[in-house]
Amino acid sequence: MNKTINQKAWFFVIPVFVLVAFNAIIPLMTVVNYAFQETFGNNVFMWEGTRWFKQIMLSERFHASLGRQFLFTFIILFIQIPLGIAIALTMPKEGMGVPVCLVLMSMPLLIPWNVVGAMWNIFALPDIGFLGHSLNALGFDYNFTQQIGDAWFTTILMDVWHWTSLVVLLSYAGLQSIQPAYYQAAEIDGASRWAVFTKIELPKMKKVLTIAILLRFMDSFMIYTEPFVLTGGGPGNATAFLSIDLVKMALGQFDLGPAAAMSLIYFFIVLLVCWVFYTLMMRNEGNQ
Amino acid sequence: MAKITLKDLSHSYLKTQSSDADWAVRNVNIDWNDGGAYALLGPSGCGKTTLLNIISGLINPTKGDILFDDKMVSNLNPVQRNIAQIFQFPVIYDTMTVYDNLAFPLRNREIEEEKIKSKVHEIAEMLELSSTLNNRASGLTADGKQKISLGRGLVRSDVNAIMFDEPLTVIDPHLKWILRSKLKELHQKINRTMIYVTHDQTEALTFADQVVVMHEGQIVQTGTPVDLFEKPKHTFVGYFIGSPGMNLLPCELKGGEVIVNGKKIETHKKVKSNSFSKTEVGVRPEFINFSSDGIPVKVLSVSNTGRHKIVDTQSESGKIKMIAKPNENIPSGSAFLNFKKEYTYAYGDDWIIE
Repeated sequence: MNKTINQKAWFFVIPVFVLVAFNAIIPLMTVVNYAFQETFGNNVFMWEGTRWFKQIMLSERFHASLGRQFLFTFIILFIQIPLGIAIALTMPKEGMGVPVCLVLMSMPLLIPWNVVGAMWNIFALPDIGFLGHSLNALGFDYNFTQQIGDAWFTTILMDVWHWTSLVVLLSYAGLQSIQPAYYQAAEIDGASRWAVFTKIELPKMKKVLTIAILLRFMDSFMIYTEPFVLTGGGPGNATAFLSIDLVKMALGQFDLGPAAAMSLIYFFIVLLVCWVFYTLMMRNEGNQ
Repeated sequence: MAKITLKDLSHSYLKTQSSDADWAVRNVNIDWNDGGAYALLGPSGCGKTTLLNIISGLINPTKGDILFDDKMVSNLNPVQRNIAQIFQFPVIYDTMTVYDNLAFPLRNREIEEEKIKSKVHEIAEMLELSSTLNNRASGLTADGKQKISLGRGLVRSDVNAIMFDEPLTVIDPHLKWILRSKLKELHQKINRTMIYVTHDQTEALTFADQVVVMHEGQIVQTGTPVDLFEKPKHTFVGYFIGSPGMNLLPCELKGGEVIVNGKKIETHKKVKSNSFSKTEVGVRPEFINFSSDGIPVKVLSVSNTGRHKIVDTQSESGKIKMIAKPNENIPSGSAFLNFKKEYTYAYGDDWIIE
């Protein structure tokens, strides 16, 4: 087949090129620019090579916040994914209960991040908050503004409250798409409830769960607003996750070079984990 | 390994029922003999799948009893009833190999792994799946997957019946023939009761010894393919089975005689003139020929199928189709049709009058 050569076609690519350039490439390149140079303002830059990267990679502060970040993400995934699936399994499959459940489940997702943080801050205050006051009245020594364990507990509880619904809704959609014949066949094959779950429901939910885990990993790994409003990263640095630490470095201390290097490392960690996870999950899908 | 009896069975998906149309299945009474090959034939939505699911225990009927060998099983679940069912769309367990799929029903019943192994190999051999036993089941084609569904039913050597719910829907046409004859062969080999639900008359008539025809939730006739063809007991059987279907003409019943538009028609038996709201006379196109006397018609068109000619004619009471031999001379314009007496029946309110 002979293709007509028409270079005018390139004009049609320009809008999307400009859009991507402004919303992704140029901001990213600015960060790259800062990551390899030192500046004292007035647009004066000095080449620093990989110095900031080395500094960040060897910094104990970075190791600590990265560790906290992974711990936080693992804990909330470990709670939210099974809990979300469990709730989805118990939700009604038809009738009036369906819209009621769906609306109730969607509510936390509709609340802005900083409002969630503020809500939970007030809710958990040990003297006047319902949660904090009740826990203390029950005899627990609870104070999330001063005790590290309580701060973690509250932050995790808040995230579980805010985001489990997302896993529920995705799992529910996955469950609803399973044809009734699968359940009927399993019933005839004499499969136990557990076997139905592991052999039919889980495999059929694999794709939506992969998406759910990826979304929850990325969101929780980049979490900023909620813990910032709730604990401000404290007590001390106990709940200073990567993004909180990054903002402190960039805007608090104005260490733009190291902060830029840290941003890039942060970005590559997210990218790498997502890629490895997705590739592992999808490696057997090819032969279907 | 059991005779299956359905007694006064009715089922409705609605909570309250006000008319016949609210019932998915109504007043079903039937015996399925042990080892028989049955087809449950009817158009979509006539209740055949509902009836099948009632037998297997997936649905609890609103009214009536189900008996296996005269033992009540109405309250037993599908496992206790010990039946196998193959669905319209192949159901396989995606993450398992073909072997594990076939072994699944046996493992759920905690049978020794040694026995499972020999049984799975035996069934795989029968279904020609031996070479794929170690493959992931999800990688197979539609007919391969349907064979696995079938195999899961066959590995249990003690099942009371095997039920098929339009199992060839998603299979390629050329493989349909192969799988269908495979099923027939299997039936002869294992000699177990098989109930085959379909809306395709060819599938039903080739597979089954006994065909059960359903219409609007009711069983209208049970019989061999020849019975259904030669003596339809309900007008629905007349026009649903056969191609083209039975001719039905409005008629009057007077003193045991059938009168169509003032002309007396001889039927296989004298009829009793009960009060019906609708009376018809039915005759298949195969049992009509041209003659010098009879029903006056106008020949409208002739289509030649190779094996025979289908002649469309118009009478005073309606259109009549007839089948003529390929070399037969078809009169043009006006003609007279004669119905073969022994295959001509009178129907009152859709049921045969005898």
